[in-house]
Amino acid sequence: MDDLKKRAKELLETSAVKVVIGYEQGTAGKTRALFAEKPEDADRLIFDSRCVQNLAVYVTKREAKDKGKMAITATLPVMRSIIQLASEFQVNDNNLLVLGITPGSELMEFGNLAEVETFVHQYQIEIDASYKEKLDKLDKMTPSERWNFWIDELTPCFKCYACRAACPMCYCIRCTVDFNQPQWIPVPSHELGNLEWHIMRAIHLTGRCIDCDACFNACPLGIPINLLTKRMIEDARANFGGYQPALQGEHLMSTYKPDDKENFIQ
Amino acid sequence: MADFEPKIVAFVCNWCTYAGADLTGTSRIKYASNVRIIRFPCTGRIDYMLLLKAFDEGADGIMISGCHPNDCHYTSGNFHARRRWIMFRSLCDFMGIDTRRIIFSWVSAAEGARWAEIVNSSVASIRELGPYDNYKNIAKKPVMETENHG
Repeated sequence: MDDLKKRAKELLETSAVKVVIGYEQGTAGKTRALFAEKPEDADRLIFDSRCVQNLAVYVTKREAKDKGKMAITATLPVMRSIIQLASEFQVNDNNLLVLGITPGSELMEFGNLAEVETFVHQYQIEIDASYKEKLDKLDKMTPSERWNFWIDELTPCFKCYACRAACPMCYCIRCTVDFNQPQWIPVPSHELGNLEWHIMRAIHLTGRCIDCDACFNACPLGIPINLLTKRMIEDARANFGGYQPALQGEHLMSTYKPDDKENFIQ
Repeated sequence: MADFEPKIVAFVCNWCTYAGADLTGTSRIKYASNVRIIRFPCTGRIDYMLLLKAFDEGADGIMISGCHPNDCHYTSGNFHARRRWIMFRSLCDFMGIDTRRIIFSWVSAAEGARWAEIVNSSVASIRELGPYDNYKNIAKKPVMETENHG
């Protein structure tokens, strides 16, 4: 990714951006986020198949925004996140430049977010076949088997909120889960709070999740919490024709159609 | 389980179902007393977390009711609510929460008799299902357990 290094260096030298967000070599063979603020920092930028963290999570942070205009190394899921964040007025052309990396690992710089949107719209959000199988398997279970499945899966969760921290869409300054007056989610590592926390997380991501799996990758216990968001994506498709992040237009869950169909209201 | 009386929490909108339930009373129609009614400004204001809290506190079933589509006092509150219920109910189902215990309905201010019917049929179906042990087991308060030891 020499193009990326070169371009990042140019941007920082000319002060076109104040910080370039990308990946660098971390410890234990892993990659970590790099915030390059000086031209020489750009030499540390890397990009390979290990770079799966969704960097869009940083662009809503005060610490990054306060530096000035940001440039971000963005794979397809990151670009989708950025468009969703822009549609929620979290980023705009004045504070963000996208250094796209195409699915073919080519560097592609975008002049503005509208171009990113056009690019992103070439690719539909598609649930991986292996996950579709998992969803089908769960659907075929009885409700009480599903209940046991989730209680088993969620019992080890100790609510470290790594899933929340890794998700670009979870940018609220104060999250419902942090409230204690009233306390919506019981704090202890216990089935009840765990169940309610994961229901809450999935509902808040309904119509916004772009299926990057950052939550699942971040979970230290490997709990398949991304099954919940994937279920919501599939349901949105089945009930409302699906969605994809867009700069213009209504969000899936903040709009309605008078003829939305259901079969359970008496 | 013959003497089991289900506890049901009903979340209703102020403008239609609450007025409808009032009409049930003023029409002197008798219906099951298992329902505790909570009045909301609109079905669009019923947060799904409140529904979960009802189960936490030991409800065996939940009823949610508001104005018929196109009759919302605020024009579109029930349309928004409907979209949310579709997704919420599906997620609950996916997590194994018994969706037969969550009963949605549209009851207008003129449908006092219908409210009585829906309550009676809901109470009957939830009585059949029995206490909601799955949720009650995880919702047990740790404090209660230590009290039992003493």
